[in-house]
Amino acid sequence: MKKRCKWLAVITVSLFTLAFVGSAIAGDTIKLGIAGAHSGDLASYGLPTVNAAKLVVKKINESGGVLGKQVELLIEDDVCKPEVAGNTATKLVSDGVNVVIGHICSGATKSALGIYKNSNIITISPSATSPDLTLSGEYPNFFRTIAHDAVQAQVQAKYALEVLKVKTVAILHDKGDYGKGQAELAQKYFTEAGVKVVLFEGVTPGAVDYSAIVTKVKSKKPELVIWGGYHPEASKIVTLMRKKKMKTTFMGGDGIKDDTFIKVGGQFTEGVYATGPRDISKNALAIQAKKEHQDAYGSDPGAFYDNAYSATLAILNAIQKAGSTDYAAVVKALQTEDVETPLGKIKFDTKGDATGIGFSVYKIEKGAFVEQK
Amino acid sequence: MDFEYFTQLFFGGLTRGSIYALIALGYTMVYGIIELINFAHGEIYMIGAFTGLIVSTVLTMMGMPTLAVVVLAGMAAIIYSCAYGYTMEKIAYKPLRNAPRLSVLISAIGMSLFLQNYVLLAQTSDFLPFPSLVPEFEFWEPYSHILTSPELMILSTTVVVMILLTILIKFTRIGKAMRATSQDKMMAALLGINVDQVISATFVVGSATAAIGGVLIASHIGQINFYMGFIAGIKAFVAAVLGGIGSIPGAVLGALVLGWTESFFTGYISSDYEDVFAFIFLVVILIFRPSGILGRSQIQKV
Repeated sequence: MKKRCKWLAVITVSLFTLAFVGSAIAGDTIKLGIAGAHSGDLASYGLPTVNAAKLVVKKINESGGVLGKQVELLIEDDVCKPEVAGNTATKLVSDGVNVVIGHICSGATKSALGIYKNSNIITISPSATSPDLTLSGEYPNFFRTIAHDAVQAQVQAKYALEVLKVKTVAILHDKGDYGKGQAELAQKYFTEAGVKVVLFEGVTPGAVDYSAIVTKVKSKKPELVIWGGYHPEASKIVTLMRKKKMKTTFMGGDGIKDDTFIKVGGQFTEGVYATGPRDISKNALAIQAKKEHQDAYGSDPGAFYDNAYSATLAILNAIQKAGSTDYAAVVKALQTEDVETPLGKIKFDTKGDATGIGFSVYKIEKGAFVEQK
Repeated sequence: MDFEYFTQLFFGGLTRGSIYALIALGYTMVYGIIELINFAHGEIYMIGAFTGLIVSTVLTMMGMPTLAVVVLAGMAAIIYSCAYGYTMEKIAYKPLRNAPRLSVLISAIGMSLFLQNYVLLAQTSDFLPFPSLVPEFEFWEPYSHILTSPELMILSTTVVVMILLTILIKFTRIGKAMRATSQDKMMAALLGINVDQVISATFVVGSATAAIGGVLIASHIGQINFYMGFIAGIKAFVAAVLGGIGSIPGAVLGALVLGWTESFFTGYISSDYEDVFAFIFLVVILIFRPSGILGRSQIQKV
């Protein structure tokens, strides 16, 4: 509680200061809006982004700024609520913001995006994962440095088609929000890729045994089984499949990319594929970004810190390369200029998703997840 | 569909039914004698599985041969579960022997929650890997695509347990005492039967079958956690009611019918609605036979 009060105080003070300074030297700075949840229940998702932006901007300003101008932060709180986010956006626009890092939550982002779009303001979110934000094509001003929810299914379908070369797939899920959601996306992308979905069914988590459904999968003879759900059921099913002498490849999402899965399933999990977030722990910039945070704030960075750090670097780099804050020029720069970030070397595709980030396919080899290139 | 598929589903359902039966026996025996639905019975099954895991891990580390590990772990699980069943009856049910039936029921639910949380705290909330205790039999290899060796083991163990139980109830003194107590507790006591002892014996026998079920199914599916007794317990309870609670052959029949229903429904229609269908089936049977398939309808005197 004490810590939060301190944060609130810091933010409030900085808001006042910035607002004051902002009006004093308007026109001579590049105004970078930071919008997201900075108070309330979900503040822990939004505040790391503020820290990341401050650290990046401080470093850039010390080395001369962007296009010779200092970068100025306009920080606005939307408490992660769609009904507040609209006002937040309007406030930022009327303050003359050039680009926005945000928002944090998908719902809030969506309700703010229309306002930014009308004012031709580029928005880049470190954390909004709703697939529609980019895939619908409705918001050409929107970019993000996080993989959207459908990416896992796309990665799975792509890998299955190009590397495993399967023609038929059975999809099982645990009937839960996460599991069924993943399974439905997988069904969509596999069907689009021309792979035949021979079975799509849910199983009851915690059931005494799964031999009936395994028998059913066996009778449909798929080349691949896709699992949407968490690891306890997955290890039961894969164990039973192997005991019933089925060699069918098994693949799951980040719900099974957990060492417990290997521990519980033992030798039966050998050769199972799982998609999971790309490992960035060895990226030099990520290590450096983490260290900067520890030096400045004395703690480890929170959620979406690396994504926000990357977003700030990407947008400032694009403005630098574009030579101005002109909308079309910056969009072009975002899509064409590679930039080194803690998430790796990224640029953006035409829909606004960062390329080269997100999920990798892992295979269990000798009791450990091994990233497949 | 083809015959082999049908056979696989048939045996899958039979295996599942056997497990339900091993647990359902405990429900039905206890109900037959003291008219209590022992909700903590699923937890006894879970404790059996945990004991089996701990003992087999220790023995395997000591380098014992597989067969010895299976037998000793099974024995330990049975003894441990029996001790729990016996103690549970003494602590939670005996003091309430003459209390209203609802009080005992609440006591049973309390016991179930207590045991679950006890294992959660004393052991772990994680899923634990359970070793495949049953080896792949070589002589069974040609048929293993229809029925795996562990499944065969489950089936044969269940049959043996059923036979032993029938002998126990039909032909031994304690069995006769159990039957007498179940018919009329007061009369049995007047004739010199130690009713308390008979009730304890019933709990011990019920716990033993549950422990066997726990070890078998854990080794079949390869993992356990503290919550595994809940769903298994509910399903076994349903099986006991389906067959006619209080009736031992009824519990077995009910369990097999439930196992087959689930297996065939999943196999031929959809596993999404497996539980829904199992319970619809229960309702339909109870509409036509309110006291279960083999249950005797009791005349309540008012």
